[in-house]
Amino acid sequence: MPVLNNVQAVNYALMQEMERDPSVVVFGEDAGYEGGVFRATVDLQEKFGVERCFDTPISESGIVGAAVGMAINGLKPVVELQFCGFTYPAFNQIISHVSRMRNRSRGRFTLPMVIRFPSGGGIRALEHHSESPEVLFAHIPGLKIVMPSTPYDTKGLLTAAIRDPDPVIFMEPKRIYRAFKQEVPEEDYVIEIGKANVVKEGEDLTIVTWGAMVKDTLKAVEEANKKGIFPEVIDLRTIAPLDREAIIQSVKKTGRILVVQEAVKSFGVASEIIALVNEKAFLHLEAPPARVAAPDIIVPLPRGEQYYMPNPDMIYEKILEVVNFLT
Amino acid sequence: MLVDQYSPFEGKMLQILDKDGNVLDESLVPQIPDEDLVKLMKTMLYTRTADRKALMYQRQGRMLTYAPNEGQEACQVGSAYALAKKDWMAPAFRELGAWLQRGVDLKTIFLYWYGNEMGSKVADDIRILPVSIPISSQCLHAVGLAMAARKRGLDEVSIAYFGDGGTSEGDFHEALNLAGVYKAATVFFCQNNQWSISVPKHFQTASETFAQKAYAYGFKGIKVDGNDILAVYVATKEAVERGRKGEGPTLIEGYTYRLGPHTTSDDPTRYREEQEVDEWREKDPIKRFRIYLERRGLWSDEMEKQFVQEADEEVERAFKEVEQSGNTQFDDIFKYQYEKMTPLLEEQYAEYKAFFQERGML
Ligand SMILES: Cc1ncc(C[n+]2csc(CCOP(=O)(O)OP(=O)(O)O)c2C)c(N)n1
Ligand SMILES: [Mg+2]
Repeated sequence: MPVLNNVQAVNYALMQEMERDPSVVVFGEDAGYEGGVFRATVDLQEKFGVERCFDTPISESGIVGAAVGMAINGLKPVVELQFCGFTYPAFNQIISHVSRMRNRSRGRFTLPMVIRFPSGGGIRALEHHSESPEVLFAHIPGLKIVMPSTPYDTKGLLTAAIRDPDPVIFMEPKRIYRAFKQEVPEEDYVIEIGKANVVKEGEDLTIVTWGAMVKDTLKAVEEANKKGIFPEVIDLRTIAPLDREAIIQSVKKTGRILVVQEAVKSFGVASEIIALVNEKAFLHLEAPPARVAAPDIIVPLPRGEQYYMPNPDMIYEKILEVVNFLT
Repeated sequence: MLVDQYSPFEGKMLQILDKDGNVLDESLVPQIPDEDLVKLMKTMLYTRTADRKALMYQRQGRMLTYAPNEGQEACQVGSAYALAKKDWMAPAFRELGAWLQRGVDLKTIFLYWYGNEMGSKVADDIRILPVSIPISSQCLHAVGLAMAARKRGLDEVSIAYFGDGGTSEGDFHEALNLAGVYKAATVFFCQNNQWSISVPKHFQTASETFAQKAYAYGFKGIKVDGNDILAVYVATKEAVERGRKGEGPTLIEGYTYRLGPHTTSDDPTRYREEQEVDEWREKDPIKRFRIYLERRGLWSDEMEKQFVQEADEEVERAFKEVEQSGNTQFDDIFKYQYEKMTPLLEEQYAEYKAFFQERGML
């Protein structure tokens, strides 16, 4: 079984889907000949030719807008936008068309397409390379938003995204692109979009997180375990549609909820999850719902980033606070 | 007018000095005082020294991601020299020479690449906008700067810098269109360095030149040898003067080459031939200007040696200062979000401050 890191798993999934389905095309800035600035599309052009994997001009609105036309006309575009912060020039296409075509045409035109890009901070990069914009996409009806946290999940989720009949925003936490390796089965498998994963069972507290924060959360949980505290950790895998069942079920069991997100605190995915818990499991709560997130400021350049990124220590503190509420 | 004589549709490129420093057309040589010629040389050399050292600091793990300028010094220094102090500059991220030519302290520039926003706070009397990372977005700001000047009765001109790849973004086209419609006094300076990371320029456009794109927006464009500082200067000077007289925008394509990697994260051997780089090294902008100045008796090996040594020491001093005091102050990441911190930010600021203080991180 191949042992791959996260970015290799992206490449592996793309490779297999391109092999399986000739309508899959992959393109983006530097995504063709060079194989992407993170090497996610490496070897694809060589293997499948320039008609199926190609470079584009620097034109995010163009990339996404053209993908809409291609998806309508029989292809399955999987486009790469170079960084999270460079999705913004494509927002007009994403909001005005990608998310709406099915509804607008009452099902006549559908968009089986994937927009994938590296997301999140913590790599000491220039401005606009460190953003966590998942909620900007999640707030748009008609989109699905996926963010894997392991190589195994990456392959299963990306495969599912490519096969999905609707547009999927596939966010790749770049901080953990090469952080660790894992066995990734060669055989065909998909991980269902919309289903969360309980990565650690526990009874004292439910922690919901996703992407690169899963690793940091598990680190904090390890510390908590030493104090005899056993949180349950849910990796969302899919941000929209949210796996409401998994969250509610767990909170009913633990009576406590903490959401860990890398993005800024206000108006975020965490806010949505906590609203959901309040609506559906209010009477089960033994402590106020809590969040660990970045402060509501613009991502600092690297010399200030350490003050911004949520870290295991903050998560650990919050775990204690929630568990010790009123005791 | 040069823009008329050098039509991009006729395959013309304005060039005054050839790659060996020979003057191709005496009538085109601009009237630049000797003292300034020497200063231009020094600024190009200083740019190169700072650039190479920045690259070295990055390799040593002392600097963060850096975008090198080597090979593009004439484009940057020559065009900025054509601006008046009152004129505005909207840079992309590869214009070190232009920043230095306009008098920005190297320490400030290094501070930015060191990863501290204070490096984007340029002295009040220098009209440069901060580095703009989203490709070509700054082109529109340049148009607005010029439009505002006109509406306020001022004769300020603006210049926007961007790359060959930058011409593929919608913002670039919207900026040219707006500038054409409003006859904005904007100089669009395209540093065509042949590459956009790994993508060669013919994948960016099917146009023969970048300069010709201006015509679709109702104004003129000119292609110049971007490694010839005299050509860059005269073309920019003419564009600035026309803008100042109310004759609208100009697009200048500086035909040049990025000799180094795209950034320190890039490995150009993956996508381009060493031979291509060698050919362009022959066309080095500093080399030809050196010969030109030597022939005019304004420059010598001795002068160069001495200047480069001084520059080296000065750059080292600037960087060491940045290393010593360049860390971001905790307060600053909260302080500049709004004129006044909102109550929510006040609360978060206090909470975070306490967290980091408890851990001895502040
Ligand atoms: C909107 C946007 N998309 C993508 C990028 C990533 N990116 C940074 S530089 C670059 C290539 C730029 O090429 P060019 O405009 O020719 O300028 P050069 O780097 O050659 O100076 C790309 C694609 C970006 N900074 N902004
Ligand atoms: Mg370029």
